Formats: sequence, structure tokens, C-alpha cells
Amino acid sequence: MPEIKVTPLGAGQDVGRSCILVSIAGKNVMLDCGMHMGYNDDRRFPDFSYITQNGRLTDFLDCVIISHFHLDHCGALPYFSEMVGYDGPIYMTHPTKAICPILLEDYRKITVDKKGETNFFTSQMIKDCMKKVVAVHLHQTVQVDEELEIKAYYAGHVLGAAMFQIKVGCESVVYTGDYNMTPDRHLGAAWIDKCRPDLLISESTYATTIRDSKRCRERDFLKKVHETVERGGKVLIPVFALGRAQELCILLETFWERMNLKAPIYFSTGLTEKANHYYKLFITWTNQKIRKTFVQRNMFEFKHIKAFDRAFADNPGPMVVFATPGMLHAGQSLQIFRKWAGNEKNMVIMPGYCVQGTVGHKILSGQRKLEMEGRQILEVKMQVEYMSFSAHADAKGIMQLIRQAEPRNVLLVHGEAKKMEFLKQKIEQEFHVSCFMPANGETSSILTNPCIPVDIALGLLKREAQPAPRGFIPGAFPPFSPQSFRLVSPEQALKELGLAEHQLRFTCRVHIQDPRKEHETVLRVYNHLRGLLKDYSVQHLPDGSITVESILIQATAHSEDQGTKVLLVSWTYQDEELGSYLTALLKKGLPQST
Amino acid sequence: MAAHLKKRVYEEFTKVVQQQHEDLSTKKLRLTKPSKSAALHVDLCKATSPADALQYLLQFARKPVEVESVEGVVRILLEHYYKENDASVRLKIASLLGLLSKTAGFSPDCIMDDAINTLQNEKSHQVLAQLLDTLLVIGTKLPENPSVRMRLVEVACKHLTDSSHGVRNKCLQLIGCLGPVEKGVAKESESQAAKDVQKIIGDHFNDQDPRVRTAAIKAMLQLHERGLKLQQAIYSQACKLLADDYEQVRSAAVQLIWVLSQLYPESIVPIPSSNEEIRLVDDAFGKICHMVSDGSWVVRVQAAKLLGSMQQVSSHFLEQTLDKKLMSDLRRKRTAHERAKELYSSGEFSSGRKWGDDAPKEEIDTGAVNLIESGACGAFVHGLEDEMYEVRIAAVEALCMLAQSSPSFAEKCLDFLVDMFNDEIEEVRLQSIHTMRKISNNITLREDQLDTVLAVLEDSSRDIREALHELLCCTNVSTKEGIHLALVELLKNLTKYPTDRESIWKCLKFLGSRHPTLVLPLVPELLSTHPFFDTPEPDMDDPAYIAVLVLIFNAAKSCPTMPALFSDHTFRHYAYLRDSLSHLVPPLRLPGRKLVSSAVSPNITPHEDPSQQFLHQSLERVYNFQHLDPRGIQELLEFTIRDLQRLGELQSELAGMADFTATYLQCQLLLIKALQEKLWNVAAPLYLKQNALASAAAKQILEETYKMEFMYSGVESRQVVIIHHMRLQAKALQLIVTARTTRGVEPLFGMCEKFLQEVDSFQRCFISELPHMQGSFVDKLLDLMPRLVTSKPSEVVKILQTTLRQSTFLHLPLPEQLHRATANIIEPTGESDNPLRFTSGLVVALDVDATLEHVQDPQGTVKVQVLYPDGQAQLIHPKPADFRNPGPGRHRLITQVYLSHTAWTEPCQIEVRLLLAYNSNRSKASARSPKSTWSESLEALPPSENGIEGTIPFSKPVKVYIMPKPARR
Repeated sequence: MPEIKVTPLGAGQDVGRSCILVSIAGKNVMLDCGMHMGYNDDRRFPDFSYITQNGRLTDFLDCVIISHFHLDHCGALPYFSEMVGYDGPIYMTHPTKAICPILLEDYRKITVDKKGETNFFTSQMIKDCMKKVVAVHLHQTVQVDEELEIKAYYAGHVLGAAMFQIKVGCESVVYTGDYNMTPDRHLGAAWIDKCRPDLLISESTYATTIRDSKRCRERDFLKKVHETVERGGKVLIPVFALGRAQELCILLETFWERMNLKAPIYFSTGLTEKANHYYKLFITWTNQKIRKTFVQRNMFEFKHIKAFDRAFADNPGPMVVFATPGMLHAGQSLQIFRKWAGNEKNMVIMPGYCVQGTVGHKILSGQRKLEMEGRQILEVKMQVEYMSFSAHADAKGIMQLIRQAEPRNVLLVHGEAKKMEFLKQKIEQEFHVSCFMPANGETSSILTNPCIPVDIALGLLKREAQPAPRGFIPGAFPPFSPQSFRLVSPEQALKELGLAEHQLRFTCRVHIQDPRKEHETVLRVYNHLRGLLKDYSVQHLPDGSITVESILIQATAHSEDQGTKVLLVSWTYQDEELGSYLTALLKKGLPQST
Repeated sequence: MAAHLKKRVYEEFTKVVQQQHEDLSTKKLRLTKPSKSAALHVDLCKATSPADALQYLLQFARKPVEVESVEGVVRILLEHYYKENDASVRLKIASLLGLLSKTAGFSPDCIMDDAINTLQNEKSHQVLAQLLDTLLVIGTKLPENPSVRMRLVEVACKHLTDSSHGVRNKCLQLIGCLGPVEKGVAKESESQAAKDVQKIIGDHFNDQDPRVRTAAIKAMLQLHERGLKLQQAIYSQACKLLADDYEQVRSAAVQLIWVLSQLYPESIVPIPSSNEEIRLVDDAFGKICHMVSDGSWVVRVQAAKLLGSMQQVSSHFLEQTLDKKLMSDLRRKRTAHERAKELYSSGEFSSGRKWGDDAPKEEIDTGAVNLIESGACGAFVHGLEDEMYEVRIAAVEALCMLAQSSPSFAEKCLDFLVDMFNDEIEEVRLQSIHTMRKISNNITLREDQLDTVLAVLEDSSRDIREALHELLCCTNVSTKEGIHLALVELLKNLTKYPTDRESIWKCLKFLGSRHPTLVLPLVPELLSTHPFFDTPEPDMDDPAYIAVLVLIFNAAKSCPTMPALFSDHTFRHYAYLRDSLSHLVPPLRLPGRKLVSSAVSPNITPHEDPSQQFLHQSLERVYNFQHLDPRGIQELLEFTIRDLQRLGELQSELAGMADFTATYLQCQLLLIKALQEKLWNVAAPLYLKQNALASAAAKQILEETYKMEFMYSGVESRQVVIIHHMRLQAKALQLIVTARTTRGVEPLFGMCEKFLQEVDSFQRCFISELPHMQGSFVDKLLDLMPRLVTSKPSEVVKILQTTLRQSTFLHLPLPEQLHRATANIIEPTGESDNPLRFTSGLVVALDVDATLEHVQDPQGTVKVQVLYPDGQAQLIHPKPADFRNPGPGRHRLITQVYLSHTAWTEPCQIEVRLLLAYNSNRSKASARSPKSTWSESLEALPPSENGIEGTIPFSKPVKVYIMPKPARR
């Protein structure tokens, strides 16, 4: 049996370092090539030596696909392609291709310049790596080689995030990357057609969560900000530069517009501005509202949101500031936080999860006195709010996607093992498909039942499809070429092979106890059959035999016992089904005549 | 063959020639007609290639064919059809046959046999499909012929096995449109097919082509529309189609399921994979809910819309649609809505949220969580969160319909509706506010919900704010804090958008009168009174203070203890407001104040309003003035007019009535004044100047009569007679004045004749009303009619003059309801000192925003007029889409007016105003039956452009400062 093999090098029962190897019908594809946030040693990148110890990776991989620009999905790419060495094609969507190098460069800077690591990839490597990238459009079918084709679907999550369908022949795999089934203020919902893949590889970050309506969250968020601003307080929103930040910006911008508010909104400069530029460009990747209104005004050309300057933090009066980084552990957001923390009119809104040990985590867990560098004690009087704006599909969303795509198997990655277990059980129970959840380095084999395309002569097809298809077509495979099968009519096959036709006939004798004369028996049999087989043409021929379609029945008296009649049933190989049915019928005997 | 055909054509010629003798008048027309088929024939014979023939046919198709020659043309086409080898030409011929059989007055049964025959030998699938389409047209043209239909259906059934989807499609369509619907009418042999129509169509639910599947479902729906009761057995088939790969099929299947659920709501269907059974309507509801999360948005819209009309569904199913069991890490979590509710019921409101406030509570049994249940769970939650706003709007509409029929559901869906107030698309927000208003009698807003609702008051869109005011007018609030909150937010709204003043006052009026008991405890605080100290008197012109007073006074109306809390100045303010804003401030019974209480005599029944009485009394007085001297009459009229106008200002509900009568009296006054002129006693040529007054009066009366006729809604025919009578008098006056001032008799001939014509048509139109008009001008005139017709113009004038003087004043009966059309231009405000600068020769767009009240058919009648300082006037017809209809009798015009002019040296003001265009032949005339003859008689008059006879300005002009600059070179 052919099978699809899936081996996660990262993200198997884990979050971070997404990297999944798929071999399908002799093709090897690598899905995502991410880094792990939690590690600073070799473990931060996937173990590419699993693929090959000493050969070139290019020989083993047919292509690499990157689903979106988050570092845990693309962070190891320059290392992989330039340092380990891979020259094959890398596929990603246009926005991903545009934004990915910015993030990689930022990541490189932090690691090399700030932490002083050596033996890390260089800016040049990032550039070289990006040269190997082939950009794809949504729903565009890209032929990687003659047999392997890939196609991108919209995935929500972040700008340019895509799900990929990988198809060889009629075997196919869909890899979702990260996706979001509920639309937000700047992106739409993930969508896939009923492509019925053999395997769906889905993320499962929120395998055990069903989330509340996004409207409540939005409303809460806006109300908090609005109230604080009305009181004359300042609002600090620590964000990471890409993704949620844009959503919150749009949210605040439209709210300001709607409510005619005048308080300034600032956005810390640098990375973000460049990113906003790309958001402006890739309008087609955003949601309905932005796409529809951009003719009048591009929503990302913010009217109320201006670039932040360090000096503004001391300005009097209300303001809202988006500052990086998102967990308040360093940089601008922390500086502003220290300035504003003392005033109870101010507010800080944490829009996402905070890692333990960061200032963000401390204040969220209710700590009111923070020890800063230099033994300073900072008393936090400002209000601290938590708002979760996460763009992953929840359990219901995952199920919905499975329902839309109708896969034959499901494989879960990018989530915690315990939570996956629950979802796995649910999937198996609801959809009756098998579900896998391999750990890193573990291989799952999925048996497939691929269909084999066969060429058939049109005449034969028409002949057999009319009047009603019988479910099988009598035909023959002439000696075939390896590329394709051909189904032709038996006559033609014989002709091609230069053979004469042999007829195969089955005959069977059925003994019936009937004291009457032969022709009377025949008549009884005839009446009996006609009564039973209404759909077939049953004929009584003048020579004393009966035909049912092309099956011949003759009756002779038994040479020894005149009371027993022998029915001779004869049919050709083609009528095997009907023939054996008739025999079985006759063997049961005739009904008692009345 | 050709010879035969030619003969045929000639036969047609001769046939027509015969007709010439029968009907001479149409001779010339007929002569050209038969050439139609002949020409076609000649063309087709000439055609050397199929392409040529196709061209001829295309040209032919552009011209209409008369009923008489249709059959001939059809024959020719059919002849050609049989000869033609090219499929495209045959296709065109087939489509032409269909077109021709649509010709009005042509009965296609004569060509049916031929059409069916052509089907026999046709090989091309496309042509076959087209022929079937033609048959469908023929069949629909013959609705009362069941045997023909039967035959067509049989033909269609025969072709159902065709291998082309197009043919099968058409067959199904034909069966759907023509298949027999009645039971038991058909005979035994026919009923075979009749019985099976549903089965035949049902068999194609599993066709391999999605288009045919769709057609099959559509055909089934068609049968249902035509009155056939569908069998319940189809339900399970339809359910399978819901999982189809193609969206059209799913969309149609959803409709079919909905139809079935309405047909068999109470049937019981089993739930697969369990032993339970549920009502069919519940099952269907669940299935349609499931489709709300379909992959295709077309299906989602369809499903969401249909949900709204499934009202028989059981309540626990209904409530599930709003339920989406939240969980986090396998532990049950409460929704934000539930938390809000809990906070509210625990007495604490608006706590700062802590991290982990929404921390999950109890553990969930993993087996019990059903992630993608077949039930209705969360359908609306999904629908309202959908990516496409079309789906969201559909979901909101559905919510509205379901909530209207189920109060408990209304209560539950409130949270979700309130959430929709923050949607990113304005249409959705507006829709949800309207929805909320529609269900507002079923609900009471909680404080936290009210809070969210009120937050929207700051929206910059005027539409939204007004919709919200409208909503607040009919909302029930549960606590006094709620009222206070609403008031505070409304006042905030007022300071931010001062133009909302009227709307906010109106809103507070209703808020006050709905919740008197809740307002009562707030009064001291609102009026900032103090038990010991006198507080400073608030500024009476402050809109915010007025708003507070409106709330309080309206609450005080049904709360007699409230006035005791007022301080002295409040009473004074009451008197002032009652006078100046009488439509907002109700009459109060204030203790110790004779101002109001004494005016109300106790014996008056409550519904007979004293002001109404006043109106009638003053009219009585006027109608009895006959015995007064002319001076007295004039004075009485003047006073009455003044009173009525004042009354109109005070009593908004009587404004229409009062204005209407005042206008009428004004006309009479003018007439009397004109007739009192001295000029009548003096030789004509000497007093050329003085007559200015008389002719001006005549002109004004004419204008006023048009206003009376067209500006008021609710005018009945009784009033129209009087109005027209007044107009006639004015015309007589005009004639007399002209006669006295012009020399020579020539122009008078025409005028007299025209006047007499008008008298004549008046008589014809209002013949039924004439008995009521004893002693009136027209009555007397009609008596003298024989004399008038024969006499000279100068005599006519003399007669007219005397009759006019002697005629009595007609009593104007008042209709039940009378409203005056009013318009108020909100934008431009006319207060800007900054001129609108633009380059001359180019255009500048000026936004015009106006409210219209009691205007019937504003799309046709309301125009915008722009007056330039050089006297140039421009009339602009707003697009029909620019009018919105926020409530009954009210319209809102939001449009753009394009201005342009040559360069000016300095900025100058232009005037913008709204006009009401009228036309006595149109709209009103056709709406009222007694007047229809009148309008016919007027048809002789040349109507001015676009049927606008004249215009009435009905809004105050607004000045806009503009400055066209010379173009820079």
C-alpha cells in the first residue's frame, strides 16, 4: 500500500520551531522552518541532520514551504539554506516574502549584536536565502516539478499567512500553518474548499478552548481605552511589531473616527513603520471592510495614529501609545511604563500572553511593587488590564476547518500533547477519521488508497455508460506503457494483440423432480422465471428452450429416472452474475403448481 | 420546395389584400406588414452560408413582429429549420420561436405540434435545450390547457435521459413550471405522470451534474410555489444534498428544507445514530443552523435569512443558537455576557478587570463536550461574527424576526444585538439598532447593556445617532441609574453635536413619559435644588437645561407628586417652554397655578382637546360673518388668521389643520380686499396704478390655492372642490382686472373663452359636489352660463364682477388628518463665513442634508433650487436613492448639489432651497377618483417639462458663501 510519511522535526506535540517533513508518493517536502523562542543553544533550530548526515539537502528535499512570517515558522530558514546548504525552491506568499527578511534581520540583530553570539547567519545570508524564494499567489497552482504541485489557501492569522495543499497525482496533503477561523479587524477568516486531502496537518494551539465572541473583547478594550482617555489618563499598550499591533491600530483608529475623539495615538517607530507599509500594499490579503473601502481610503493610512517620539511621553493630557516589545521586558515600552506607572489615572493594557519573569507577567499576576535595575522600587499605581487578542483557531474552528476540507486523516501539530489528546479523540469520534499526533522525530505513516487514472476510449465509455452504468466496464488493458493505463474494448484489445477471441461458457445441470412431460416442465420453468425476473427478457423459444437475456436453459428428461428433469443452464463468462443467480434460483426448485 | 414557399408568400399577400376591403382605414398599414415574413423568407433563401443566415436572423430579431403575421413567420422559420444543417442557425431559429410565441395576443397552440416535432430528430444538445425552452414559453402562454401541458411534460420526461446537462436542466425546469399540481383532476391514464412528477424530479437530486441537481431542486421549489404539496419523503433526500460539493446545490437545498419544514413542522423524524426522535421543524432548524458555518458565503446568507422565518421552532432549540459553550483547557468558562450579568446582579458594576477574572471554573467532562454538534448550537454567534457583512446583516434580520415572535428569545439575544452596535460596517450597526427598536417592547435593558448602547451616541454618523435616539424613545429602562446614565450621555451627545438638539429633546420627552417613577427620585438632583439654600437660576436658553426640563415635565405628566419638588423658577420656565416648545412639553396640572389648570374646564371629555375646540369655534365665528359690515369682516378675518397661525405653532398636532384654514381665510381676505378697491367705481383708464393691489391679490390667491392643494397630505375631495372654487374666483378676478386695464377687446376674447372653458370643466368634474355649493360664485355663474356664452367679453366681465361681489363665502370642511409638508435644511447651515472656493468653469459639490416631513412621493416631487446672485436659478432633481425613509411620514434627503459659475471678483452668497414640484394632472389627481375627469380635461393644457406644472418653495432658503476663482493659466 502506498503511504504518506510525516515526521515533525519541530512542533510535534510542542509549540515553536515548526518544521515538518512529509514524503508523499516519492516526493519529500519540508513544511516550515522555524526557530524555538525558548532555547538559545542548538535546540533552537530543527535538527536537519535527521534528513541527511552528509549528503546535500537539495538532493533529499523537493521543496520547502513557509506558511507565514512568524519566526517560529521561518526563523531557521537562512541557517537551513545557507549554512546547512539547500538550493532547492522555497515557496511562500508575497506578503510573507516581503516581511520575512525584516523579521529575520531583526532577529539576527538581537542575537548577534545584543547577545554577542557568533556563528550565526549574516545579513548577506538572509539576502541570499530570500533569492531562493518563489512567491505564490492565493489559489494559484504551482508545479514544483512534473508531478508535485502546491496551492495556497487563505489562513487569516497574520498578513500573508497561508495554508498549503501539496499534491502528487491524486494523493494530497494540506498543511494549515497557523490559521484563524474568526475574522478580525484587519484579516478575514481562513477558508478552504472541499479538497478532500488524504491528510490534513493542522495546528492545535487552542485544542481545548472555545473562545468567547470577539465583539465582547473588542468592546471591552475600546471601553477601557475610551474611559481612561476621557479621564485625561494615558494608555500604554505594549505590542509586538507585527500582527496584533495592526489589528489594535485599526480598531482604535476606526473608533476614534467614529467617536470623533481628539486625543493623540502614537506608535513607536522603526520596524513598525516598515511593516505598516507592507500592510498598505497587500490590501487584497485583508478583510472585506478594508478591501471595500480602500478606494476611498486605505485603512492603514492612519489619520489619528502618529509616530512616537521619546519626548512625547512627558506631554500632558491624554494619549494612547503602542510601544514595543510586547512583554514589557525591555526597550521603549518599559521606559514609558516606568514614567507612567505612578499615576493611577493611567492604564496599561497587555494584549497578549507574557512569559514568566518579564515585567508584564509580574504586573499581570498582581504585583504592585517592582524591583527595577539598580535596586529601585517602582510602585505601580496605574491600572493593569489584560485583553487576549489571539489569532489561532479554537477547538470549534479546527473542527470547522476539518468539516470544510473533509480529509481522510488528520494529523495534529503545534500544540501541547495533553490538549491534542482531547482534540484527537473528538475528531475521531465526530468525523470517523483517524487522527495522528507524532512527537518530534517520530514518524507517522498514513496509508492511502490512491486512484489510478486510466484512459478509456470514448466509444467504449459511451456504450457502457448508457443506458445505465453497471458499475463495471468489460474491457481490457492492452500491454501498457508506464505513463498511463489505457482501457479499450475487448475486441480492440484482441485486435491489437493479434489474438483470436475465445468464448468461455459455463454450463450447469440442475435436477428437478417433476413427473410431467418435458415441455410442460419447460413451460413451468418459463412461467416461474417470468414471474420472478420482471426486468429481464425471458423468452420461450419454439425449439423448447428458454432464454433469459443470453442465457440458455434446456430441459431433458433424466435418462434413468423419468420423474427427474435435468435443466441445462448455459451462460457466457460475461453473464456470470445473472447465470449463477439463475442457477441458484432453479436449484431451489419450482413452486408447487396449483 | 422553393416554389411552394413562394406560393405561400403570395397567398399571404392576397389574404391581406382581401382585408383591405373590409377595413379601409387601416389599409396602408397593412400593406407593408406581410412583407415581414416574405422578406425574411427571401433573406433566408438568399443566404449562402450559415453565417449569413445567422446575420439575417439576428437582424430580424431586432424588429418587432405584429400579432397577425406571427404565425406566418413561424411557418417560414420552421421550413427553414428543417433544411438547415448548421446547429447555430437552428439554435437561433429555436430561440426566435420562443420570442415570437411571447408576442402578446398570439396563441401559440397552433405551433406547438411543430415545435414538438422538431424535437424528434434534433441531435445537437444546445438546440434541444433551446427548443425545450421554447416549449416552456409556449406552455406558460397556455395556462388553462392541461392536456397541452401534460403533453409537454411527457416530452420533457422523455428527454430527461439526455446526456447533456443543458437539456436535462431545461427538462426539469419545464416540469417544474408546467407539471400538474392539482390532485385527482387528471384522468387515470394521465395521473400516471402526474403522480410521478415529484418522483421524476426527485430522481435527479442525485444527478452527476451539479447544475442539474440545482435545477431539480429549483423545479421542486417551483412546484411548491405553484401550490403542489411536496411529499415529506423528499426531506431526507434534501438533507443529503446539504453536504453537496457545490454551493448552488447547497443553497437551493437549504431553501427546499425550509419549505418542507414549513409544510410538515410537526412531523417526527428520527435522529440518526440514536433512538430519539424530534419534530421536523426542529431538525430542519438544526440543519439550517449548521449551514450558517458553511464554506460559501452565499449559502451562509441564505441560511441566516431563512432562520428568521422559522417561528414554529421549539424554544430550547432557539436558545441554543445563542449558546456557544466556552471552555478553556477543558474547563467550563463563562461568557463575558454571563459575567456582565452576574456582576450586575451581585450589585457591583464595572469593576476593573483582573487578569484571570475570566479564569475557567469547573472541569468539563471530556465526553460531554460536543465540538461540532448537529444541533443549532451557536449558529447566531457564528453568523454575527461572520467575515462577510452580508451574512451579519442577514443574521441580525433573522434575530429580529425571531425575537419579535418570542419574548424570551428577545431577552436572550439582547446581549448579541448590543454587541453588534460596535460592528465595523455602518450598515450593520444601523440595522442592529433598528432591529433593537423593533423588539423594544419585549425587552428591558440592563444597565450594562444600556451603557454599551449609550456609548454609540458619540458616533459621528448622524444616521446612527438618530436611529439610536429613536431606539431610546421606545426603550424600557429598569433603574433610575439607567435613566440618569441615559440623560448624562444624551447631554454629552448634545454638547458634541449641537445639531442633534431636536432629536435629543424628542428622545427625552418619550424617556420621561415612559418612566415617570424612575425620574421622580432624580428630580432634586437634576434640578439641583437644595432643601435649605436657593440655587442660582439656570440659563433658560441652555439646550442642555431645556433637555433636562423636557424629561422632567414629561415625567410629571403622569406623576402628580412631582411638581411639589419644583422650585419657583421651574414653574416660570415651564410656562415659557409650554409656550415656545409646545410639542415637547405637555400640559401639566400644576397646583396653585391658574395658568393652566383654570383653562381646562372639567366637563370637557379628555379626547376633545380644548385647542381643537378653539379652532372650530373661531371658524364658526368666521363663517357667520355675513351680517357684519365689510370693515368688520376684514378685521375678524385678520384676527382669526393670526389666532390660527399661533395655534399652529403651539399645538404641533393641529398645525396642519390650522395652517390650512388660515391659508384659506387669507385667500378670502385677499379677495375681499381686492373687491373693496376703489378702482371698480372709477373709469378704467384712470387707475392703472391702483390695480396693482388687485392683480397682486389675484396672483397670490392662485399661489396659495396651489399650496393648499399640494402641500398638505390628507386633503380630501371635499376640500379640493373648495380650493378649486377659490382658484376659479381668483381667475375671475384676474380677468376683470385685465379687462379694466387693457385697451382693446382682442386679448379679452381669448381670456374669456378660456375662463368659460374652465368653468365648464369645473362643473363636469365636481358635479357631485355642486349641490353643496348653494349661493356660491360658481353656482350663480352656472345659472348665468347660457347668457355668458353668447355675450361679448365686456358684458361677461360685468357679469363676473357682480357675481363675484354677491357670492357667499364657502364653508371649508376640515378633514380628519391634515399635515403640512415641511422641509428643514440641516446642511449647509448657512453660518459659515468661509467661502467655498473653486475654479470657475469647474464644479464644486455642495452637500445638502435635509429632513422632510409629510411629503408624499418625495422622489418625484422634491427638488433643490439654487439661486445665484445674478438671478440665475438652477433646479436640481435629486436621485431617488438620495431619499431615506427613517420613519412613517418622514424622509431624509442627503444629496450633493453641483455648483458652477463664471469667475467672480469677490465671494457672494447663493441661496439653496427645496421646492415641491406639483402637477395637477399627475399623482394626486390619479390618486383621487372624483378628480380623474378633471385631470382628463386638463390634458389639453400643454404640460411643462417633465410634467412639472409649478413649484412651491417649502423650506427656508439657506445661504451659502461661494467664490468661483478665475482659472490660473
